[in-house]
Amino acid sequence: MGVFKRLMTGAAVAAAMAGGAQAQDDPVRIALVVKALGIGFFEAAHKGAEEAAEELGNVEIIYTGPTDTTAEGQIEVINSLIAQRVDAIAVSANDTDALVPALKKAMDRGITVISWDSGVAPEGRQLHLNPSSSPLIGNMIIKLAADHLPDGGEVAVLSATTTSTNQNVWIEEMNKVMGDYPGIEVVATVYGDDLADKSYREATGLMQTYPDLDAIIAPTSVGIVAAAQAVVDAGKVGEVNVTGLGLPSEMAGAIESGASKSFAIWNPIDLGYSATMLAYNLATGEAEAAPGAEIPMGRMGTLTLDDNTEGAMADPFVYDASNIDEFKSIF
Amino acid sequence: MSTQSVPRPDEARRVPDRLRSPLGRLLKSWEVLLLLVAVAIFVANSFASPYFLDAWNLSDATFNFTEKAMIAFAMALLIISGEIDLSVAAIIALASTAMGAAAQAGIGPAGLVAIGLVCGLACGAFNGALVTGLGLPSIVVTIGTMSLFRGISYIVLGDQAYRGYPPGFAWFGQGYVWWVISVEFVLFAVFAVLFAILLHKTNFGRAVYAIGNNPVGALFSGIRVARVKFILFLLTGLMSGVAAICLTSRLGSTRPSIAFGWELEVVTMVVLGGVNILGGSGSIPGVVIATFVMGLVTFGLGLLNVPGIVMSIFIGLLLIGVIALPRLWAMARRE
Repeated sequence: MGVFKRLMTGAAVAAAMAGGAQAQDDPVRIALVVKALGIGFFEAAHKGAEEAAEELGNVEIIYTGPTDTTAEGQIEVINSLIAQRVDAIAVSANDTDALVPALKKAMDRGITVISWDSGVAPEGRQLHLNPSSSPLIGNMIIKLAADHLPDGGEVAVLSATTTSTNQNVWIEEMNKVMGDYPGIEVVATVYGDDLADKSYREATGLMQTYPDLDAIIAPTSVGIVAAAQAVVDAGKVGEVNVTGLGLPSEMAGAIESGASKSFAIWNPIDLGYSATMLAYNLATGEAEAAPGAEIPMGRMGTLTLDDNTEGAMADPFVYDASNIDEFKSIF
Repeated sequence: MSTQSVPRPDEARRVPDRLRSPLGRLLKSWEVLLLLVAVAIFVANSFASPYFLDAWNLSDATFNFTEKAMIAFAMALLIISGEIDLSVAAIIALASTAMGAAAQAGIGPAGLVAIGLVCGLACGAFNGALVTGLGLPSIVVTIGTMSLFRGISYIVLGDQAYRGYPPGFAWFGQGYVWWVISVEFVLFAVFAVLFAILLHKTNFGRAVYAIGNNPVGALFSGIRVARVKFILFLLTGLMSGVAAICLTSRLGSTRPSIAFGWELEVVTMVVLGGVNILGGSGSIPGVVIATFVMGLVTFGLGLLNVPGIVMSIFIGLLLIGVIALPRLWAMARRE
């Protein structure tokens, strides 16, 4: 008995909710969809999302994702979120294109959709939150080196491959802002091909060629670890500072040994926090996603959207002896 | 093959005067049991979540299993005949890649469908030729072709994706025939009927059971065992091609990781449907109910935001439970 009746009740509830007559005390439900569950980086983002929810009040975070990093798994998750009529979906996508039909359906049914970390094609979301931007990264890597060289000095760049698009853009952006750091001279750029052994040899070679070298900037997570090891092995800890972009879990040893004073990468907690703030502001109609729009995201300031409705959250986050222990277990 | 038509030990001691009726009763009881499980899950879901009993939501939920189920029908016949095909998900990847390349060259929806089906058939023929022609064990052959077919997709695509399928192509995976009845669901229903007729109402279907029970006996009874098996591999390839068309159309893009890991879900559906993994018995209605059971469980748990890992545990327990229950019941009755 009652199946038909329940069906009708369900439809009636659906109609009432779709009608927009939402009661005041209903929480705003924001789904944080990640690439896969059980990854430290995303667990940290969840922590940030909960922080934002607490700050906003009356927000319920649904932290979910597939078991492995597949687009099909994420689509199943998104379908069940559409069925639950959540207010917003913030997704770090396993596939730029494959999620678009499912997310379009979500938007058709009045759900706010944003992507963060790993983006979705523009037609499948309202905005995309990048953790940072190329100009910010280019500036950050030279700043990290310069901060420890008040009297200027010689620095060298250890990059990935000559054709690595990301690294080339970041180095180009770094060169644009060199004028802001007087006394700092880039004496060489070498390529470790993102291989640990080759990066190690190139770093060793740099120290032999330039005996007065003060810092090695490695904007690659493979190169930075190899360079730090090369500095330790050459007995040059304290003379040559290794910095750039790396992962806290891999760099904890280098910070401890002193081969690296600091390095940078995005902060997943801030990322989850910002994504939640943005989703909330769009879902409650307090902001609208359009090119040029400025959307507030709590303690992280505002996000300015470009022509592709993408925006950069902030400078890469700096990790050093003061916070490495907190983050090395996260990612 | 040591498998005989005595799936349960307690029935082995009774020599039936007519073989079909107790076997029929056994199959029926399995389906009834599954149906009860399905109804229980349906009722539990509708109480657990206020969003479950909604026509559109239930329609969305069918997309979670229709594509896999279409392959499961062909796989059921293959497993009943004593063989298996673990390359089905890889065939989807290869067929989808072929369609993507064709779409890039400006071929229209009809041409893409043809390419998907032909690619599926070709992969099935390749598997079938290796198994029946060279007499290799199908589990080994299809583990090999699983890597081979997906490997080709990875070589062609690398970390790239094919997108930009013609607009009409989206109909297969995103279209609706009437109200909430999707194109995929109609295909699912049509193939369920076709495969049920093929297995239960034709000489070919009888030959499939005979081969699964005793291939040597079947051969001496005048059944062309190799030919039947080859056709079953072709059918499985073809259905993988159909699934590839639906999935590609639904995603609107192709990556080499498409449908990764589906072969195990398809085999799970078949086994849950009461098909003996050693061959010889099973039915299409059982598989149909099993696909609904799996679809309802994953969707229902999804609505409650149960993490996928817990969901897999639940499916595993369900599989073991449904298989173990009749055995336990039989053992209890014997004592």
